[in-house]
Amino acid sequence: MTDRLTKEAFLAAFAERDRRGVADDPSWLREARRAAIARFAERGLPTTRDEEWKYTSLAPLVATSFDLAAEGPGEIPAEATLASVSVGSSSWTRLIFVNGRHVAKLSTIRPLPPGGRVGSLAEALITDEETVRAHLTAAEDKGEGAFGSLNAAFWPDGAFLRVPAGVSLEEPIQLLFVATASERPRAEHPRSLIVLEPESRAVLVETYITLGGGTYLTNASTELALGPGAALDHHKIVLEGGQAFHVGRTRVRQDRDSWFTSCTLTFGGRVIRNDVDALLAAAGAECMLSGLFVIGGRQHVDTHTVMDHAQPQATSRQLYKGVLDGRARGVFNGRVIVRPGAHGTDAHQTNKNLILSDGVEVDSKPQLEIFADDVKCSHGAADGQLAEDAIFYLKSRGLDEMVARTLLTHGFASEVLSRLRVDSVRSWCEDLLRDRLRGGRVAEDAP
Amino acid sequence: MLSIRKLHAGVAGKEILHGIDLEVRAGEVHAVMGPNGSGKSTLAQVLTGHPGYVVTAGEILYGGRNLLEMPPEERAREGLFMAFQYPVEIPGVANAEFLKAAVNAVREHRGLEELDAMEFLALLKEKMKLVDIDPAFMSRPLNEGFSGGEKKRNEILQMALLDPKLAVLDETDSGLDIDALRTVAEGIDRLRRPDNAMILVTHYQRLLNYVTPDRVHVLSNGRIVRSGDQALAQELETRGYEWLEATAEALPQ
Repeated sequence: MTDRLTKEAFLAAFAERDRRGVADDPSWLREARRAAIARFAERGLPTTRDEEWKYTSLAPLVATSFDLAAEGPGEIPAEATLASVSVGSSSWTRLIFVNGRHVAKLSTIRPLPPGGRVGSLAEALITDEETVRAHLTAAEDKGEGAFGSLNAAFWPDGAFLRVPAGVSLEEPIQLLFVATASERPRAEHPRSLIVLEPESRAVLVETYITLGGGTYLTNASTELALGPGAALDHHKIVLEGGQAFHVGRTRVRQDRDSWFTSCTLTFGGRVIRNDVDALLAAAGAECMLSGLFVIGGRQHVDTHTVMDHAQPQATSRQLYKGVLDGRARGVFNGRVIVRPGAHGTDAHQTNKNLILSDGVEVDSKPQLEIFADDVKCSHGAADGQLAEDAIFYLKSRGLDEMVARTLLTHGFASEVLSRLRVDSVRSWCEDLLRDRLRGGRVAEDAP
Repeated sequence: MLSIRKLHAGVAGKEILHGIDLEVRAGEVHAVMGPNGSGKSTLAQVLTGHPGYVVTAGEILYGGRNLLEMPPEERAREGLFMAFQYPVEIPGVANAEFLKAAVNAVREHRGLEELDAMEFLALLKEKMKLVDIDPAFMSRPLNEGFSGGEKKRNEILQMALLDPKLAVLDETDSGLDIDALRTVAEGIDRLRRPDNAMILVTHYQRLLNYVTPDRVHVLSNGRIVRSGDQALAQELETRGYEWLEATAEALPQ
């Protein structure tokens, strides 16, 4: 079955799947999937008339014929090719997903202390059904959007991590989502659930790459729940292929005194939409979001964040930066909500874009909605080019124009990376950035 | 080493230098003095190749080559160095990373091997002593948040690392307290050698207490109105620039 990517095509694909009674879904999940597709049917695919998608047209996506009936992981990559896109040691826990399906033989799992679990979400439906059910039910609907509904209806698999109370994981956990070559474009909906029990700590690196994937759609949802006093360093790295579409959601719910950082790095993909939604659901939560995209050619990156201060005395920081070359286009929409009673809120947001060519376009929009007194909220935004006096200064020290521009562009971008706290992850991200910025320009084609 | 002949130059269509002649030989230190607006900084910027300054007439020969045909980076690699009056702040670029790139750009041009991280660190440590700079500055972004004195020390550190043939120091003494001035000036003095040369552009005589110039030139309204030795600088300090400006009126155009 090959279809243009319309609402009807998705509904038909779901009906077919539902009729066949996909896999061994428990009945609550089957109901949840049906409810999700009903929400999608009401919404339909977004268009630029939709405020949330005003600057990001899905026309090229809709015009592409997709194989919505594709099953299974498809072509499995060689293990060696995955080494170059992995952070740290090969002995660290690394879950590999190929076209949305967990591939155990490529994955490395180091067992967690008692009460913890790391593996695939499909397996967790059997081993940890109650946890999965509770969290997926709680996440239902709430601002998920049309693609969130689709993901909730279709997800075949994804990662599951539960860190038991009081446990600090020393090594980063890596989730690697790989798109490989297929006969016709595929649409995949990986879904991951990350649960940190009280006072636990972890580092997570979630990477989306392609190995010969051509045109495809990744529609990913990652749900993160942080218990009281838990701390999570989260990284999402988008290295999708030059013809790929990526629509991804990172949604965190933070309990009392929890601590969360999340950095989204976007280098590869044709059209990329990153949604980051944080719910500061209890007092004393701290949330630090950052993002960096480095794009050229006709790449398009749209970042939407929602920082929801629902309870008092929570702190949030956002730093989003973009480097644009060629005819690239960037969108940033940062919404900060301070609910009634969320006094003592301290929220700050910054968005800066570096423009390397005349052909680029940037739309940046902060949205502050403040319904409480005694709060500190601020935002700043700036778009600009490399400073001529800085280029001249570097040239006057013998550096040629290209080296000067590369250094300055790297300097602009490194403000985001320099804040990453885990050395192994930071230096790996810096290498990715250097690769992307060769010769002071952003290459036409994504990696 | 440097010959400036009948140089006319300006910025944004306005001529500021109306015919400068200056000869600098190896081993010499020249001081270019003058009141604000006399064209001192324009001269320094023209020597460095700032794109905002346009030469309308005259020529500059550097080591026998036409300097004005060389882009700024080539001038630097050929051993011309300018200590900026206002060093530019560059966020996100670590001082040490920048210094290593600059040193290696110059070394490559001279046909020398690039320094690796360890070799560069050894060189850096040696030169840092010269200007008494805190090693913590090396990992900080270039000039960002540095005080005026720290920026000037950093300029002299760069000069020490790049080992120029001709250094132009533009108001390096401005904005320094007396202790910082002494440190910076002594650093400069120790970099003097028979095979290099310096041009000190300054408003005040005080830097010259530490770095004794071979020649002193006074610039006024875009012309050199008087040249002499150290005594001229001291006379200026006592009598002020007005005295010379009055005599300048009498000079032939």
